[in-house]
Amino acid sequence: MTTATHASNPIGFSLTDEQKQLQETARKFAAEVIRPVAPHHDRTEEFPEKVLRKAHELGLINLIIPEQYGGLGLSAVDGVVMTEEAAWGCAGMATSIMANDLALSPIVLDASEEQKEEWLPKFTKEYRLASFCLSEPGAGSDVAGMTTTARRDGDYYILNGAKQWITNATYADQFTVFATLDKSQRHKALAAFIVPRDTPGITVGKPEDKMGQRASNTAPVIFEDVKVPVRNRIGEEGQGFMIAMRTLDKSRPMVAALCVGLARAAMEYAMDYANERKQFNQPIANFQAIQFLIANMAMKTEASRLLTWQAAWALDAGIRSTLYSSYAKSFAADTCMEVTTDAVQVYGGYGYTKEYPVEKLMRDAKLMQIYEGTAQVQRMVIARELLSKR
Amino acid sequence: MAKILVVAEQYLGQLRSATLSAVSAARAAAEKTGGDYAILVLGSNVGEVADKLTGYGASKVLVADNPVLERYLAESYGKVVADVAKAEGAELVLMTSTTTGKDLLPRVAARLGAGMASDITEVLGAKAFKRPMFAGNVIASVEVTTPVVVASVRGTAYSPAEATGGASAKETVSADPGTPKTKFVSFDETKSDRPGLTEARIVVSGGRGTKGDFKPIEQLADALGAAMGASRAAVDAGWVPNDMQVGQTGKVVAPELYIAVGISGAIQHWAGMKDSKVIVAINKDGEAPIFQGADYGLIGDLFKVVPELVDEFKKAGVGA
Amino acid sequence: MKILVTAKRLMDPETKIKLKKDNSGVDLEGVKFVVNPFDENAIEEALRLKEKHGGEVVVVSIGKPEVVEQIRTGLAMGGDRGIHVNADGEIDSDAVARILAKLVEEEKPDLVLMGKQAVDDDSSQAGQLLAEYLGWGQACFASKVEVNGTTATVTREVDGGLETLELQLPALVTADLRLNEPRYASLPGIMKAKKKEVKEVTPASLGVDVAPKVKVTGVTVPPARSAGKKVESVQELVQMLKTEAKVL
Repeated sequence: MTTATHASNPIGFSLTDEQKQLQETARKFAAEVIRPVAPHHDRTEEFPEKVLRKAHELGLINLIIPEQYGGLGLSAVDGVVMTEEAAWGCAGMATSIMANDLALSPIVLDASEEQKEEWLPKFTKEYRLASFCLSEPGAGSDVAGMTTTARRDGDYYILNGAKQWITNATYADQFTVFATLDKSQRHKALAAFIVPRDTPGITVGKPEDKMGQRASNTAPVIFEDVKVPVRNRIGEEGQGFMIAMRTLDKSRPMVAALCVGLARAAMEYAMDYANERKQFNQPIANFQAIQFLIANMAMKTEASRLLTWQAAWALDAGIRSTLYSSYAKSFAADTCMEVTTDAVQVYGGYGYTKEYPVEKLMRDAKLMQIYEGTAQVQRMVIARELLSKR
Repeated sequence: MAKILVVAEQYLGQLRSATLSAVSAARAAAEKTGGDYAILVLGSNVGEVADKLTGYGASKVLVADNPVLERYLAESYGKVVADVAKAEGAELVLMTSTTTGKDLLPRVAARLGAGMASDITEVLGAKAFKRPMFAGNVIASVEVTTPVVVASVRGTAYSPAEATGGASAKETVSADPGTPKTKFVSFDETKSDRPGLTEARIVVSGGRGTKGDFKPIEQLADALGAAMGASRAAVDAGWVPNDMQVGQTGKVVAPELYIAVGISGAIQHWAGMKDSKVIVAINKDGEAPIFQGADYGLIGDLFKVVPELVDEFKKAGVGA
Repeated sequence: MKILVTAKRLMDPETKIKLKKDNSGVDLEGVKFVVNPFDENAIEEALRLKEKHGGEVVVVSIGKPEVVEQIRTGLAMGGDRGIHVNADGEIDSDAVARILAKLVEEEKPDLVLMGKQAVDDDSSQAGQLLAEYLGWGQACFASKVEVNGTTATVTREVDGGLETLELQLPALVTADLRLNEPRYASLPGIMKAKKKEVKEVTPASLGVDVAPKVKVTGVTVPPARSAGKKVESVQELVQMLKTEAKVL
């Protein structure tokens, strides 16, 4: 829907009335539902199930499910606009809210018609969570180095191995699992599978005690002789790597939007505090040193947003978006780390205490440079893409 | 020379004291324009109310007495006020902007083809006023362009008129209330031993900082004979009933002393109490915006500070 | 039953207010606009009544084409169709009431629900004016609304307590904040709203003269209270209140 707008308006930064409404709903939800409970979930690491259920009720979860499978047929631009708002409320909860999209992306992008009919509509009908199982204890950035194996046995595959850093794993009803059919063949031998939670042999380990984004649940998932029907395989054998990469291309603008929302929250807190806090008989906002910090926060946050919108626009326009997605994700992640750190600086000693909201944002931000492709991997992708064309 | 008509408010034969703010505004307007003001009392068995009002310097006190007017209804009251205003040739109709004033005056304006200024805080001329907008964050000067003008008067902007002595003439006027389509069913009065929020000389309000425990607020209010209020956060949390809310969306108060306890001081709260003569803030967060406008700020844990304060007031022998 | 509700577009009340340079009004450049919060309560109540009794909810807004955004919000919450009264410039409460009166003649709703006041000009007049122009009964500042056939029983928040009235339909009700908690416009609601009809009319097409009866001639900002003293102890506070402020 937004694709058309963009095609007829190749460089435009305005949102449609409808996008403004989607943004407004997400903004209200973030302000009234997410933010008030964010400190509690940060402190206790309790899973924000109430928030997620309410998000589901309003349609804020499963943004990527197309209309014919019960979804809303939203564009990537719609998605990033709303994700920014959710993350402004709490980055950890935004990560949990987004997790279904990540896990369902391989199905939306590469599954057969029958598989889509079977696995997608139930997510919009009822509250269900899904987890994307790619990373492993020994295979983070090196996806092709994974050791979770899938062995064909008649009409089944037998899965064995351990996945690490799996968002929402403890509460997931369904997993999208990547496994290798032959370790020696690396990325050529990967395949993707839809695995219901109640399949025997699945154990979800103890959730991680994380530095930030503590509202989101992150846990290891162990597969021991897990029997998965062949009809649950997404795409062909050997297409797993491509499916994972296509999914990550699609999700990176969303992750970038999450960074923008987080940075914006920190910037707003910093500006309000700078206006409020008095030193030398005047608000510290009067001091150039503070003004420069604020100006830098604003410029970089805005630049991150533009890169994010560009990447989403490319996705909607069907343009190969790897480069745009990586630009957006890496720049926005570095920006939100910097902006949240500077926000703590503006708050001074108070900012370093848990009485004030900015130290949480700084802890939340660090994860953005690590998950869904580290800052370093993004740069490798960018350099490789660019250099290979010269 | 403006002819001014003040609409008095009474409830079952009892004068509502808010009426006297409109009388003050009428005096100010009469002085500005060289006119005079009459007071209209309407209801059933309102003779005593009318007698009382003869001592307030009005050119006359008009009495519309009719059993049908026993209970206030916008339709019947609107018709009677408009009829009297027309018959008297009133150019300016004033009433205090209580919930009844707000409910009634626009209907009067519609009947008179008059423009109406709501909640005026200052009379600039016969047709020009100042009034707050945007929750009191803006003061607008407004001009009414119609021959007849209707205005509701913000009670906190005009202190109640003092009796001047003398005796205005009483005059009975005909009152045809028409046939209202609305029926009065019941009135459920809020009962409280404390003074009403909008009339109290001292108001003690509690907010989010109480964490739902309003006992300290109650004790302090009792010690001072004060009314009890609350911030929207406390009301929204369900800790106290709605009618205790002070703020833009609640009650607007202007007591001599307002004590805000555990209230951060959001814009919406300020809108309800910023015209208080003296504001005291007690909050454990020294950066809370409430301190930016409070006359006296005390940083501290309310659960410790307030009981001490109650003792200190008792020692000092103040309050009730 | 058929219900007409209003969705006034106004500046987000959370916004910090800035005046225009010439003090002719509030500077609305670049600010965020929302549906008047009290109108949201009115829309919510209309939707609840519709859910209970069936019928139709028509959302009206008056102003420049941008106000269609606020109509769409009402439609996304669940309203059935919209009417945009396309009008430029200041429209005072009286003009609003006369425009709505014309729409009521055309639409013949059983109930008009509006916010008790718009939180920009804070006039709290349009509903009452409309009721008088129509010769209807009214219940303003409602905290509870029940419809039973041809009547509505409404509880109003008035000074000193709660008053209950029985209105003959059609009637006018204005919503107070505590009437209900407005729902969010859900994503499916937003997607459906774009297909709902919004009819455009103008004051001229309705035969309404919008020349204002009340003009704003200038605005100022009230003097801010400045921060006073921080006292160190309870004893000092009581002392100050007695001797300096003299309020005890």
